[in-house]
Amino acid sequence: MQRNPQLNANGELQHLLSIEGLPPEVLLQILDTAESFVGVTEREVKKVPLLRGKSVFNLFFEPSTRTRTTFEIAAKRLSADVINLNIAASSATKGESLLDTVANLSAMQADIFIVRHASSGAPFLIARHVKPHEHVVNAGDGRHAHPTQGLLDLYTIRHYKKDFSGLTVAIVGDVLHSRVARSLIHGLTTLGVPQVRVIGPQTLLPLGVEALGVRVFHDMRTGLRDCDVVVMLRLQNERMRGALLPSAQEFFKHYGLTEEKLAAARRDAIVMHPGPMNRGVEIDSTVADGPRSVILPQVTFGIAVRMAVMSIVAGN
Amino acid sequence: MKLPEAEQLCEQLARELKPRVGERTAMIGIHTGGAWLAERLHAMLALREPLGLMDIAFYRDDYHEQGLHHDPKRTRIPFDVNSRELLLVDDVLYTGRTVRAAMNELFDYGRPDSISLVVLADRGGRQLPICAQHCGARIEVPPGMRVRLKRGADGKLALALEPARAA
Repeated sequence: MQRNPQLNANGELQHLLSIEGLPPEVLLQILDTAESFVGVTEREVKKVPLLRGKSVFNLFFEPSTRTRTTFEIAAKRLSADVINLNIAASSATKGESLLDTVANLSAMQADIFIVRHASSGAPFLIARHVKPHEHVVNAGDGRHAHPTQGLLDLYTIRHYKKDFSGLTVAIVGDVLHSRVARSLIHGLTTLGVPQVRVIGPQTLLPLGVEALGVRVFHDMRTGLRDCDVVVMLRLQNERMRGALLPSAQEFFKHYGLTEEKLAAARRDAIVMHPGPMNRGVEIDSTVADGPRSVILPQVTFGIAVRMAVMSIVAGN
Repeated sequence: MKLPEAEQLCEQLARELKPRVGERTAMIGIHTGGAWLAERLHAMLALREPLGLMDIAFYRDDYHEQGLHHDPKRTRIPFDVNSRELLLVDDVLYTGRTVRAAMNELFDYGRPDSISLVVLADRGGRQLPICAQHCGARIEVPPGMRVRLKRGADGKLALALEPARAA
């Protein structure tokens, strides 16, 4: 059997490429470690010396502000040196290949590569070619995976709901194009959440999504019934062009999260969103800013989760 | 070889510390054994400030060889450490590296007036210039073995000998 490319010979996390295929112990180790880092982020000196002398290269082949920034903050809080590369404006446009770019950065003594790429699988390709002491963390590849976002979602759910058993979680909107949704679904099923639902129009749900262990709904009122957690996905404006949707207004009418639709969920349900939000498209402002929204705590937890991931992989 | 009774050492330490407790005294235990001992001493001394607990996983000096320890606990120091007279509590003092890490972490919380080290047992073998101001007993440990504090289901503390680096 081929070894999981993310794990070393001892079964420890060496790269974080995808939540899919990781055993529950590894996911829980990350969540537990993140909890300790939340303590660090609440102190006056928000820094620990773990990655002192290590270099973290933020390698973003696709634009991102929030994810890149939270990785940068996380690395700095671990005392690493952070180098941000705006690849879109550099070598790639001059024709350098992905592996040549990485080989050059490796020659500059990189320890961790944080990679975002429009092509699914790019971080896997890099992980196969780096030196044994170098580590790769996937910060989003194509439509495939966004494991640190999935992990911070899991962290947020555990923070508010304490336990994964007995939960009903609904993921709403454009599941088809969402690497966030895929990562979260794998995480939730691995950690034993008994009911994971996806809600959206047929055109925005992947064919055969049931095979991932989810129940499919096309109607918000039935789909949200008795949910503990509602995860809204960003409707990517660029998708409108593909004739998958009539209009943003039409989408909001059927799938936009309003207080009225949320009433079907449990009274203590939490509302999550990976950001950036399109208010009035997938979520109404009264919900986004309302008492059940945990969208901003997600961002804060994201830093601790990324600190956990980097400190675990760099130590293995 | 016979190890001393942890419960007795605990009482002895409390008696020794009692006259030292002042307005600015506060206590911090190092996970896990030191935290158990600190919980005891904190109650016996009836300290006014709540007990602080510390996990030094993020400050260890063997991270580059050993990686991050599994399941680090969250450090919680529920008082301002500035200008305090701190009692730092651990179960067994050996190389001194844990105490070094704990002091480094403490100074990321502030600047205490003083730190005194309180340990149940000192087994020698120091690799750093660190010593305990309050020590329950000096013990000898055979090579290849280590001493750990255990807490029974009844809450009783006991020192136990086990092979070093047991999986």
